[in-house]
Amino acid sequence: MPGFLEIDHVTMRFAANAPSVLDRVSLSIQEGEYVAVIGHSGCGKSTLLNIVAGLLRATEGGVILQGTEVNAPGPDRAVVFQNHSLLPWLTCRENVRLAVDQVFGKTKTRAERADWVDANLGLVRMMAAADKRPNEISGGMKQRIGIARALAMQPKVLLLDEPFGALDALTRAHLQDQVMEIHARLKTTVMMITHDVDEAVLLSDRIVMMTNGPEAQIGEVLEVDLPRPRERLTMAQNPRFLAARARVMEFLYARHRNPAQAA
Amino acid sequence: MSVTLARGTDAVPSITRSRPLSVYVVAARDWLKRSAITVLPLIIMLTLLLGIWQIAADRPSATLPAPSKIWQDSYELIVHPFYIRGGLDRGLGWHLLASLQRVGFGFALSALAGIALGMLVGTSPLAMRGLDPIFQVLRTVPPLAWLPLSLAAFREAQPSAIFVIFITAIWPVIINTAVGVRNVPQDYRNVAAVIQLRGFKYFSRILLPAAAPFIFTGLRIGIGLSWLAIVAAEMLIGGVGIGFFIWDAWNSSNISDIIVALIYVGLVGYMLDRLVALAGRLITRGTSSS
Repeated sequence: MPGFLEIDHVTMRFAANAPSVLDRVSLSIQEGEYVAVIGHSGCGKSTLLNIVAGLLRATEGGVILQGTEVNAPGPDRAVVFQNHSLLPWLTCRENVRLAVDQVFGKTKTRAERADWVDANLGLVRMMAAADKRPNEISGGMKQRIGIARALAMQPKVLLLDEPFGALDALTRAHLQDQVMEIHARLKTTVMMITHDVDEAVLLSDRIVMMTNGPEAQIGEVLEVDLPRPRERLTMAQNPRFLAARARVMEFLYARHRNPAQAA
Repeated sequence: MSVTLARGTDAVPSITRSRPLSVYVVAARDWLKRSAITVLPLIIMLTLLLGIWQIAADRPSATLPAPSKIWQDSYELIVHPFYIRGGLDRGLGWHLLASLQRVGFGFALSALAGIALGMLVGTSPLAMRGLDPIFQVLRTVPPLAWLPLSLAAFREAQPSAIFVIFITAIWPVIINTAVGVRNVPQDYRNVAAVIQLRGFKYFSRILLPAAAPFIFTGLRIGIGLSWLAIVAAEMLIGGVGIGFFIWDAWNSSNISDIIVALIYVGLVGYMLDRLVALAGRLITRGTSSS
């Protein structure tokens, strides 16, 4: 059975005679599944996400979403960018509003769109700061607005590009819990890029481990067989959690060491 | 004196704690103190310069009038900026307004055309290759060099002067807008791509606000150049206007009037600059810091 989202033999080369960044990467993601892609920096995992988002065109191969090939960006594959990418001249509400107006301008009335914006701001608990500008709120709050903006597009796939990478540990944990809660409620299909092992194991149904670039490939795929809802504190002692964590660590640090550190 | 001072300093902390009104008193006092610190050096400097000028120019052999003589000679001009005695004999305010009107027209046109052309050059590599070399050459032509050509084309003083302002102010607007458009961060482009903002919406919601700080830099340089050019242009075209006023004063050897006019020209130029800077700050609030 073909997956909901199919990444089909994607090869990416930035210059014609340069070595490829990604080499025939194939991955099938089911509807409602939460998949984390993990690897050392420079392994091309962000490139892979950008290809799925349509922001980059694959040199060879392609991406199929619900049976249709996608090769241009669109709101059905909403992205939460690593550096939040909020427009600084708009308030938080206006940032979400811009996306909602654009995506639902023809299908929803003005009042419905306004309600939908607020509903999504409420989902990430950002109603209180809705009328502030991005430079007036913290990094964690900006990222929550970024998530609200992406969710408000009602995407078929939510793409998270190291969404918590720039945040401190406490804020990160808080946001991870929120994302888990939202995923449980909305059953959105999620593809998340990360380099944080705990984050990958805690959040995902499957972890895709990438080998080091150039010519990066999928080295191993791990099913995370843990019941949901997952609770951060109990997970820390759950043997299956620890086993999954050990397996990813072993892949990243024993078999595919960071080339920068190995040197 | 010393008693009041001591009482004042003792009383302040207790008042601050007990009554909210005193907060305003303290705030007002702080404000006065701060403005004194900023303004006082200026006042001292001005007094000093005027003093030196007075001493240097207050003798029969001096070619330029001393401040005291300017005050006597041009008292009417300084105190009544808006008198009309018929013909071109009217207050400085009227001359300045006439000049400002010309600058207003010319600058508004150059802002519109400049932003549009800048957007074009900034977004299209083809337009960039075709137009940029032309702009780079034309922008070095001094404003007054355009005047004869402009008079030949328009055959009237008013549109010629406005054209000179237009052609003077447009280059920095074009160039800065183009730079701003080319430097729209990839992050914003990605956001626009994901939500499929295209065409006019992309222009108005992403491109224009992202480039706004650059555009206002161009506008600010442009308005400064306009004001520089208008005085020179009006000296040649005549009619009502501050440039003509200065030239007329020179012809009737009213050196004092010239000096008064120069001070006004400087102050108005400064205000124009502040005005555009303020508009820029209000409109680009938040844009420059992300």
